[in-house]
Amino acid sequence: MDPALIDFARNLATAIAFIVGGGFILVGSLGLVRLPDVWSRIHAAGIIDTIGAELILIGMMFQTGLTQTTLKLALIGLFLFITGPTATHAVANASFIAGIRPDRLKRNESEAVLGEDTPEEMKA
Amino acid sequence: MAMFLAITAALFVAIVLVLVRLFAGPTLYDRVLAVNTFGTLTVLVLSALGFVTERPDFLDIAMLYALVNFVGTIAILKFFRYRSFGRIRPEPEER
Amino acid sequence: MTKALGLLVALFALWLALSGYFKPFLLIVGFLSCLFTVLLARRMNLLDDEAVPLQLRLTLPLYWSWLGGEIFKSALAVSKIILSPRIVLDQQLIAVESPLKTDMGHVIFANSITLTPGTATVEAAPGKFLVHALTNEAASAEAFTEMARRVAVVETR
Repeated sequence: MDPALIDFARNLATAIAFIVGGGFILVGSLGLVRLPDVWSRIHAAGIIDTIGAELILIGMMFQTGLTQTTLKLALIGLFLFITGPTATHAVANASFIAGIRPDRLKRNESEAVLGEDTPEEMKA
Repeated sequence: MAMFLAITAALFVAIVLVLVRLFAGPTLYDRVLAVNTFGTLTVLVLSALGFVTERPDFLDIAMLYALVNFVGTIAILKFFRYRSFGRIRPEPEER
Repeated sequence: MTKALGLLVALFALWLALSGYFKPFLLIVGFLSCLFTVLLARRMNLLDDEAVPLQLRLTLPLYWSWLGGEIFKSALAVSKIILSPRIVLDQQLIAVESPLKTDMGHVIFANSITLTPGTATVEAAPGKFLVHALTNEAASAEAFTEMARRVAVVETR
C-alpha cells in the first residue's frame, strides 16, 4: 500500500471521530445548560462522559499507530469507561437520598424496589 | 496538528458551558455533576495538548487527573452525605 | 493461587505499559514491587472475584462493542431532545428486575444502564434496580431484558 494513502486514511478516521465526538461533547454541554433539573442533566453529562470522551480518545489513537502512547490512551479510555458511570450513579443516588425529585414524574415505581424503606414523599 | 487545535477549541467551548452550570447551580448535585464533567473535559484537553506540543508525557498527567477526578467526586458526595471523610457514623434516624 | 498469578501478570503488564523502559534493573524493580503488592493484597484478603475478575468470560470486549453501539443510538436520541426547540420530557423512575446470579454481573448490568444516555441507575435492592429514564422510549422493558441476557452470557464461564 502507498504510505500517502495510509496517512490519508488515518487522518480521515481521526477527523470523523473528532467531528462526531466533538459534536456530542458540544451537544452534551449545551444540554447541561438547557435541561430543566438535575435528573435530566445527569443524562447530558452521560453523553459527554461516555460517547464524547471515548470517540475523541479513539480518534487520537488513529494518529499514534501501535506505540506506547496508544496503550496509554487506551488505559485512559478504560478508566473513563469504568469510573464515568460510577460517578454518575453516585450523583444520582446522592440526590435521590437528599430528597430531590424529578420535575413532573410520569411514572414512579420506587416503592416496588425499596419496599418499606421508601421515603414518604415517594409513595404513589 | 490543525485537527488537534480544532478539538481543543471545541473542548474549551464545552468547558465554558459546563462552567455556566457550575456557577448557576442551583443544587449541590448540579455543581458536583458539573465538576465531574469538567474533569472529564480537562482530561481530554490535556491529552489533546500533549499532541499539539508533541510531548506524550502529558498523557500521564491526563491519566492521573482521570483517577483523581473520580476520587474527588466520590469524596465530595461522601462528605456531604455523612459529614465525614473517614469512618461513617450510623445515619440519623429521621431519614 | 490462580488469582494471585492473574493479579501479578496484570500489574506487571500495567508497569510495562506505563514505564516503557526495558532495562534489566528497572524490570527487576518493577517485578519486585508488583510481587510486594500481590503479597499485601493477599494479606488483606483482597484476592476475590471482585479484585481479580478472572471468572468473566473472554467475550467481554464483544459485549463492550455491542454496548458501544447501544450508547451511540441512545446518545443520538438524547441529543435530539436537547437540540429540539422546546424540551419535552417524560421523566420516570422505573423498577428493573435483574436476573443475574453474581455480584459482578449486577455491577456490569447497572453500570451498562448508567452508561447508556437516557437511563441511569439510582438505587439498588437485591435483584432489582431503580432506574431513572428520560423518555418513554428509553424506559422500554425489552431493551433491559436484551441487555441482561447479554450480561448473563459474560458473567460466568
